[in-house]
Amino acid sequence: MISSNSKVILEVRNLSASVAGIEILKGINLTVRSGEVHAIMGPNGSGKSTFSKVLAGHPGYTVTGGEVLFEGQNLLELPPEERARNGVFLAFQYPIEIPGVSNSAFLRLTYNTQQAHRGGEELDPLEFNDFIQEKCKIVEMDPSFLDRSVNEGFSGGEKKRNEILQMAVLDPRLAILDETDSGLDIDALRIVASGVNKLMTPDNAVIMVTHYQRLLNYITPDFVHVMRRGRIIKTGGKELALELETRGYDWLDDEHQKAASV
Amino acid sequence: MSAVMKAPDVRDAYLASLAPDVHSLAGPGPEWLNALRAEAAACVNSQPYPTTQDEEWRFTDFGLLRKTAFASAADISLEVSLADIEPFVLPESEKSRLVFVNGIYAPHLSACAGLPQGVVISNLAAGLPLHDAVIRTHLAQQVDFHNEAFAALNTSHIRDGALVLITKDTACPAPIHLLFIATGADMPQANYPRCLIIADAGSTCALIEDYVCLNQGVYFTSAVSEITLGENAAVEHTRLQRESLSAFHMAYGAVALARGSNYTAHNIAFGARISRHDLRIKQNGEAAQCTLNGLALISGRQIADTHTVMDHTKPNGQSTQLHKCIADGGAHAVFNGKIFVRKDAQHTNAAQQSRNLLLSNKARIDTKPQLEIFADDVKCAHGATVSQLETEEMFYLNSRGLDALTARNLLIYGFAEEIVDRIPVTSLIKQLSKTLSEQILEHT
Repeated sequence: MISSNSKVILEVRNLSASVAGIEILKGINLTVRSGEVHAIMGPNGSGKSTFSKVLAGHPGYTVTGGEVLFEGQNLLELPPEERARNGVFLAFQYPIEIPGVSNSAFLRLTYNTQQAHRGGEELDPLEFNDFIQEKCKIVEMDPSFLDRSVNEGFSGGEKKRNEILQMAVLDPRLAILDETDSGLDIDALRIVASGVNKLMTPDNAVIMVTHYQRLLNYITPDFVHVMRRGRIIKTGGKELALELETRGYDWLDDEHQKAASV
Repeated sequence: MSAVMKAPDVRDAYLASLAPDVHSLAGPGPEWLNALRAEAAACVNSQPYPTTQDEEWRFTDFGLLRKTAFASAADISLEVSLADIEPFVLPESEKSRLVFVNGIYAPHLSACAGLPQGVVISNLAAGLPLHDAVIRTHLAQQVDFHNEAFAALNTSHIRDGALVLITKDTACPAPIHLLFIATGADMPQANYPRCLIIADAGSTCALIEDYVCLNQGVYFTSAVSEITLGENAAVEHTRLQRESLSAFHMAYGAVALARGSNYTAHNIAFGARISRHDLRIKQNGEAAQCTLNGLALISGRQIADTHTVMDHTKPNGQSTQLHKCIADGGAHAVFNGKIFVRKDAQHTNAAQQSRNLLLSNKARIDTKPQLEIFADDVKCAHGATVSQLETEEMFYLNSRGLDALTARNLLIYGFAEEIVDRIPVTSLIKQLSKTLSEQILEHT
């Protein structure tokens, strides 16, 4: 949903980052406005996942240059928990299992932490139960999953649904979905995508990092960016994804190099 | 370390004070019991006490214990009221609870009314006149008190204890709570709790063997439990060691499994300055099953040592073990898990896992899984990990808005709770989860 007078949520300027001394991101530029869905595509090793982790504040990556403004504020100086409280959400490609911690207790703890930060009302277990039952419907999750340990013994699809459930609970301003479609069968993909669509509002934005075009059949992007070797080398509309599906990525590489050498 | 170098025949303060007095050996009960006490006393007086020079005891440095003299516990059970033990009372065991104060039976705190036929829960002294033969057949038959100094010490001091008899094909309807309360009085004293559990063929029961304290004093608990499962019997045994943080706890457990029986244990250790739990399980019949869950959560200068022996002697047996240690501060946790698969124990399936969490630079964990396999057609697996909290786990929680401290505490809680959650008594899980959260918060 593009509207030129929407608020800028995220402004990435010439961002570069490295892990263990190896530079992975080499100058990323990206502007995300409220109400927009951005897809970031690219072959393996292009830096897409690194980009999403750097935005969320993973301690394993070192930012070596550039800046990131989130709602006008310097995001990079904040620890990951403060980025989250301010409204950045990362749906993990491989969600972590936390044996011994019940899903409902975990969701309530994160929700109340968020509420305390925003000055909102915290919920006791009974109130939260009502609240979370409604959220479960968004991702068609059986409420019995609330009593199980976080992600423990969940199938790939259940883990991804649980990520979107967390997104529903935390109500982020910017959701980054890191390969949320990987490992999903067609039904799970439909459920997860429909959950994301239900959570979209004119005030928030989504960045979808994905390898394949198929997720974009369910969540329509306003922009498609192609990453290659740590840079965004092409940006287009949703039709670009279809072109990538038929032509692959190599032609872009040639085109990009040609452009660079001119 | 100077205590280590002492010759074992040096009688330290605690040994002198603990040694059974031959003149007071003749206690209540039948003549055979006096003879048993005397035999154990002879062992106490003749065998050297273990030191850190003994391989099996090399991490349990109880030098502090050696310096302390203990008085025998006097009967002050009437000074303890129901209100005092209220925090430990389990609603599920309202009519199946035996309480001992400093090792001495406290009838006014116990409640064993309306038990179904075929279930006997009583103190040993009261049970003796009624069940002399069965007690005599089983008491001190499984513990090797000729070679285990602390088992001999306990046996030489048997005055009373907990007796649980579940007769053939009887299902005990409620969990049986054996609550051992230490008052933690001003003077260091020694307590000798004893449990004898016999689950006849086809019977089932759940047991909670629970060591608690009313005050954080110095005392010494020397405990022995013997459990016998008949054919196809099933026993689920929760053992909680939540003694005073100044206490010494030396415990010995022996379990015998007949054909097709099923024994599950949840061994939880939070307390004591120095604790040691030796658990020996023997599968004497075919196709016996055993599940051992263990958790030690310690900090400060605590030492918690768990030694288990799983002995498969007959075919088609199964055993699964998961033991976890969490050590913070300058604490030292030890796990030694032996699995024997004897020549005849073909088609045994044994799995053991030791998972450990080190929370400080000064804490220490020693873990030693040992497999000794003499049969050729078996499936055995074991593994041990010692780790600090994982970066990826921390980042996951941080990315949900939880700060580093909250994330750390939640991960430690989850690591411990995975064991606590397996306990079959809901109110106890709640009690322990609360203790867990408090302990974790206290040490951050």
